[in-house]
Amino acid sequence: MTLWWWLLLSCVLAYAWKLVGYLVPASLLRNPRTSRVAGTMTIGLLASLTVVNAVASGQSLALDARLGALAAAAVALLFRAPFLVVVLAGAGAAAGLRLLGWG
Amino acid sequence: MKLSQSPAFRVGLSISIATGLYGVSFGALSVASGLDFWQTMALSLLLFSGGSQFAFIGVIAGGGSGLAAMGAATLLGMRNGIYGMQLNALLQPRGWRRFAAAHVTIDESTATSTGQTDPAEQQRGFWTAGIGVFVLWNAFTAVGALAGAALGDPKQWGLDGAAVAAFLGLLWPRLKGREPVAIAVVCALATVLAVPLVPSGVPILVAALVAAVIGWFSHGRRDEGLEPDVDPYAAEHDAGRRAARTAEEAG
Repeated sequence: MTLWWWLLLSCVLAYAWKLVGYLVPASLLRNPRTSRVAGTMTIGLLASLTVVNAVASGQSLALDARLGALAAAAVALLFRAPFLVVVLAGAGAAAGLRLLGWG
Repeated sequence: MKLSQSPAFRVGLSISIATGLYGVSFGALSVASGLDFWQTMALSLLLFSGGSQFAFIGVIAGGGSGLAAMGAATLLGMRNGIYGMQLNALLQPRGWRRFAAAHVTIDESTATSTGQTDPAEQQRGFWTAGIGVFVLWNAFTAVGALAGAALGDPKQWGLDGAAVAAFLGLLWPRLKGREPVAIAVVCALATVLAVPLVPSGVPILVAALVAAVIGWFSHGRRDEGLEPDVDPYAAEHDAGRRAARTAEEAG
């Protein structure tokens, strides 16, 4: 299956989640565990995506300029920088470290 | 009331601009991950949920399969179902509006609406933020995708570092307190351990499973992790925290 099909299927499923909240009786979804799982999974997925993009290189782990990006982003976030500045700090750190010959 | 005098309308507009602007980073990173212009636009127009969109391209950028990308994006979209349930009770949209409301049910529109107490303001906040973010997010995704395609080698510009920063930026507002930090650390460790053992993309699903098990068996805040990427009421929340601190120091 090509990427297009997975992409469009993802769009359908994303809309299905949203619509479920409006169409399914609230009593079915009011289980506190449902919102707990939705919340903890959001944290877990974002933490995992951060790590994968920082240190994974295919099926191995690599320590390179992306670690500098992670540190720069953390510093920007500590100083309450807006999202776009955080992203630019990450890009700048990775590009800068590569200019210096690391990773 | 004039629309320009409505607090929810103003908050909705400012959150639309703040969120819409970072569509630039999504567009550029999406093209750098290997998607083409129209695949990038399809994600912003049809999937329309920042976290899930970044998850999809994050898995693809790491060499993961389309199936793993879909899995990560879909699991991350579950919280929109919870938002839909809250908003349905709050706004009670009828007919076609219900289907339109579902499409613009995201972190920002939910937070803008639920931050108001007056029902009319809740309506204005939801629709202003929902439609505003949708329009600007898509416009800036297009700008980012065109710019990204013109950049050439994404690594030279540090775009892989930008992706790392984007995910940390999405995670950050949800790390309030010890419990969410512990969940994030455990899931990060599970990911590192899984990377050499399973195909690319799958470690993210392993972490999702770990997080789901923690959520299922532990008791904590019911809305843990359900904070918006950008807090529409940040100024008021800051003021509230300052007031609490002053009271604490005085007492």
